[in-house]
Amino acid sequence: MSSTSCRRLPAALLIMTMVIVLSGTTQARIIHKERSLYSTILLDKQGSTICLQFSVRQDQRNQSCKDLKNPKKLVFGYARMMLTGLLLQPDPKSILIVGLGGGTLPTTLNEIYPEARIDVIEIDPAVVTVAETYFDFRSNDQIRTFVQDGRVFTKRAAMRGEEYDLIMLDAFNGDYIPEHLMTAEYLDETKAILTDDGVVVANTFAISRLYDHESATYQAVFGDFFNVTSRESANRIIITTGRPLPSIAQLEEVASTLAPRLRAYDVRIQDFRRQFSTEVDWDTNARPLTDQYAPANLLREE
Amino acid sequence: MALIIYLLAFVGGFVIMSLELLGGRVLAPYFGSSIYVWGSIITIFMLSLSLGYLFGGKLSLHRPSLQRFGVIFIVAAVLLYPLVYFAEPVMLLVFERIEDPRYGSLVASGILFILPTIILGMISPYSVRLLVESTHQSGQIAGRLYFFSTLGSALGTLATSFYFVLWFEINTILTLLTATLVLMGIVASIAHKIRPHGESH
Repeated sequence: MSSTSCRRLPAALLIMTMVIVLSGTTQARIIHKERSLYSTILLDKQGSTICLQFSVRQDQRNQSCKDLKNPKKLVFGYARMMLTGLLLQPDPKSILIVGLGGGTLPTTLNEIYPEARIDVIEIDPAVVTVAETYFDFRSNDQIRTFVQDGRVFTKRAAMRGEEYDLIMLDAFNGDYIPEHLMTAEYLDETKAILTDDGVVVANTFAISRLYDHESATYQAVFGDFFNVTSRESANRIIITTGRPLPSIAQLEEVASTLAPRLRAYDVRIQDFRRQFSTEVDWDTNARPLTDQYAPANLLREE
Repeated sequence: MALIIYLLAFVGGFVIMSLELLGGRVLAPYFGSSIYVWGSIITIFMLSLSLGYLFGGKLSLHRPSLQRFGVIFIVAAVLLYPLVYFAEPVMLLVFERIEDPRYGSLVASGILFILPTIILGMISPYSVRLLVESTHQSGQIAGRLYFFSTLGSALGTLATSFYFVLWFEINTILTLLTATLVLMGIVASIAHKIRPHGESH
């Protein structure tokens, strides 16, 4: 970090100043840096908050954070947004999470639903080690962790006839998007391992042309979906099911029963209406991504 | 006439690398994009090319001609095109039988890519035979051939990964590669007819 700052002093100073002005905290300190097979893993500590990120780029959007003083609190916005998927499935007995990150989602869901079986798929063994070392992530009787490609796991799960009540897709970390996890065929395979009242919650892209293509892909496979966005996060969460979407009134009823359980995690679920939208705000002419046509990384740059 | 042979070697190199890059995209839905999937593909391509060099050299011993050179391209096209239809069922078959995605991807890329790539590998040594007239210039000609075929490989890699996947579906690109090989086969055959004795010594 210090050598980079020296070489790009003006930019670094500007960013530092912005960070200090905006958050009022001290400068982030990199406490662990590792080049794994699949990405660069960076851990930075800022005050009592420790964050995992997968890129050295400053505009890095996807990370997992933990407040050491208040470990339950979900610091990072998108994790809170993903939990709003529970409104459509408030009592999941089986959960699949594709992409471990810091392990905040499986750990939190395990605390909220100690009876639920949770399968976590992570392609990068180094990410699992980092989650265990710095984020207290643990596999246990309920949480199984598979170091595997998400697509391969999903296909095998379908062959075994396994089904999940809640599937969370959170595999898009860092600079490279795994393109085979964004296609209509993959979503079809995901839909195939969803129970009748199962819900898919996907952490996706809010910017660039990819937003249009991805929206079109989800629309093609699942039909309508809830688009969850927030001013505090550059992420967009898609929440959908294999069936028609419930009404806002139905969700409000669920929200009032879920709220007490989620309060400890700083998820104000009763406020979900501010973030939920079913408005078609993407270019409906955008071509859905398929195994035949999946230039997600190129589309993101355009 | 030499220019045509260099052009053919260039196209051969282009198709090889374009196909190799597409290989990763073809396998990903069944075997993922883990590092060993690329390992499988590169292994199979290197293995096939090495065999192709042997066979191409051997073939060049028997009455070498542009006509026969063209047939190599046609055969490569015939072996490449079925990927459009059979890649899916082949991968499904392998996926169902081999649990470990390392060996699954190795076997699948073997079945899918060994044959067309062996034939494409025959192009280089065969071109050397068509161009070399004396031992003293053989090194220079081989050098030029590697230049054109490897330049083709570089451009095939670039064009496919930067543009083709953005413009076309995978199967469309495979079809275009097939059509290009057929066209090159025809070019070689026409060149042979214009100068029927030009290349045999």
